[in-house]
Amino acid sequence: MNSDVAILGVGMHPWGKWNRNFVEYGVLAARAALKNANVLWRDVQFISASAAPRCGYPGLVAAASFAEALGWQGAELQTCYAACVSGAQALAAARAKILSGACELALVIGADVSPKGFLKPEPGERPDDPNWMRYYLGFTNPTYLALDARRRMELYGATADDFSTVKVKNARHGALNSNARYRYEFTLEQVNRSAMVADPLRLFHICSTSDGGAAVVLSSLAYAKRMAAHCVLLAAVSTCSPRFPNAELTMPYLASDSSLATPPQAFHTANAMQAYEEAGMGPEDLSLAEVYDLSSATELDWYEHIGLCARGQAEGLLREGVTQLGGRLPVNASGGLASFGEAMSAQVLAQVCELTWQLRGQAGARQVANANTGIAVSQGIYGHGGAIIIKR
Amino acid sequence: MDLAILSNWFCQSDSGANLVGTQCAECKTFYFPPQMLGCKNPDCEAIDCEAILLNKVLLSRIGRLWSYTNACQRPPEPYECQGEFKPFAIAAVELDQEKMIVLGQLSAGFEVTQLKIGMLMELVIEPLHEGGHTSQAIWKWRPVFEQP
Repeated sequence: MNSDVAILGVGMHPWGKWNRNFVEYGVLAARAALKNANVLWRDVQFISASAAPRCGYPGLVAAASFAEALGWQGAELQTCYAACVSGAQALAAARAKILSGACELALVIGADVSPKGFLKPEPGERPDDPNWMRYYLGFTNPTYLALDARRRMELYGATADDFSTVKVKNARHGALNSNARYRYEFTLEQVNRSAMVADPLRLFHICSTSDGGAAVVLSSLAYAKRMAAHCVLLAAVSTCSPRFPNAELTMPYLASDSSLATPPQAFHTANAMQAYEEAGMGPEDLSLAEVYDLSSATELDWYEHIGLCARGQAEGLLREGVTQLGGRLPVNASGGLASFGEAMSAQVLAQVCELTWQLRGQAGARQVANANTGIAVSQGIYGHGGAIIIKR
Repeated sequence: MDLAILSNWFCQSDSGANLVGTQCAECKTFYFPPQMLGCKNPDCEAIDCEAILLNKVLLSRIGRLWSYTNACQRPPEPYECQGEFKPFAIAAVELDQEKMIVLGQLSAGFEVTQLKIGMLMELVIEPLHEGGHTSQAIWKWRPVFEQP
């Protein structure tokens, strides 16, 4: 069975700290995507939106808020929440709806507003929520990212300069992207001199949090053919959950699973491998990758999770320039989270926008030559993960 | 605020401090924090049992340092810390018998510069905040400096 659907159009509201309602970012991104797809709002049959707690839950339900703001037109609505991977689940829902034949034209929207500083749980006393408990005990997101970074240094000889090089690379890419929040280059010295947050990670190794919005118009292949559209194809979406035992220490938990009775399972690798299998291809077919660089060290972990190299070889790829623009397989040509800052429920859809522009040859100064296949991978607390493959 | 639930997660005796976990009577998998909802190992025969087969157990008091970091900036709420923030170090320790990694703050006064991955670490019970306003006690990891 052909499980491809068409990406007819994409649109974004630039990332930043705009201090406005998330609905505004979502609506502007949606209008841009509809225009880009050359379809009418009134023709959309399904609106799939990713929610985030900071959208004001339980008040402003995302899909309904966007639909009301764009003007009720009777479409079916669905809102999903999967932490930082919400956009992948929203995309998966729209894709499944199209593949089942229940609709032909769907609009996927994600928009978010972020407070300044550390991500943190909603107020209140909730000791039975692991995410609340770990903050009570002093363990922030950078804590977990730094533990993984220190492991890379110990096991694979990563250096602080390697982590800083990732930031310098992504900042150079982001400087070419008008949708990025930070559009300036960094020197190695600037990164190395920034304040230590969670040893060995410094401020400029860790992604910030932003406001932003992104939207994607999906259709069946038959609909795209009738439109005679110049489209790229969504070939795979994996949102599989971990398999017990998850032997890594992941947010928001205080301990890994015990692997006494069953061998440990690698979770992030599973997301990518399932997507490759679904798309009938492998890492050797990729032209570029967008990965969640929650920290500069996390980007290196992703090189291995998605099969660009064997475990422990990521620093080599980085040092050889393979993953920079102009290299054999550019990673985060958009500038990545380093240049965007995470707008949680919009971030995965921003990755999809970048891959779409790259595969259409519309990425301007950051265009990857002959781009024909790309992967976008993401991760979130509570065992969420996503992998998306887009092809020409 | 002090949290009653935390007092169920560790204990201290004359021989030292231990984390309190649970263990599946069937496949022997350990759980921390202790949970009583049943085994979570999908390969375990007990997972489809209606009867709960988890027992409370004391986890190993000694483990090896898996990784470490620190908190140089004040964490956001609900982390409670009035007055001047003092950075603290954090350790993730691998328990050999349980085959699991447990996160904890480093015992007060120790710093990341004293740590090396693989070194022995011992569980201690200390106040959550050094000189803090809460009496909350919590588990922490203390490096064991082996004699050459």
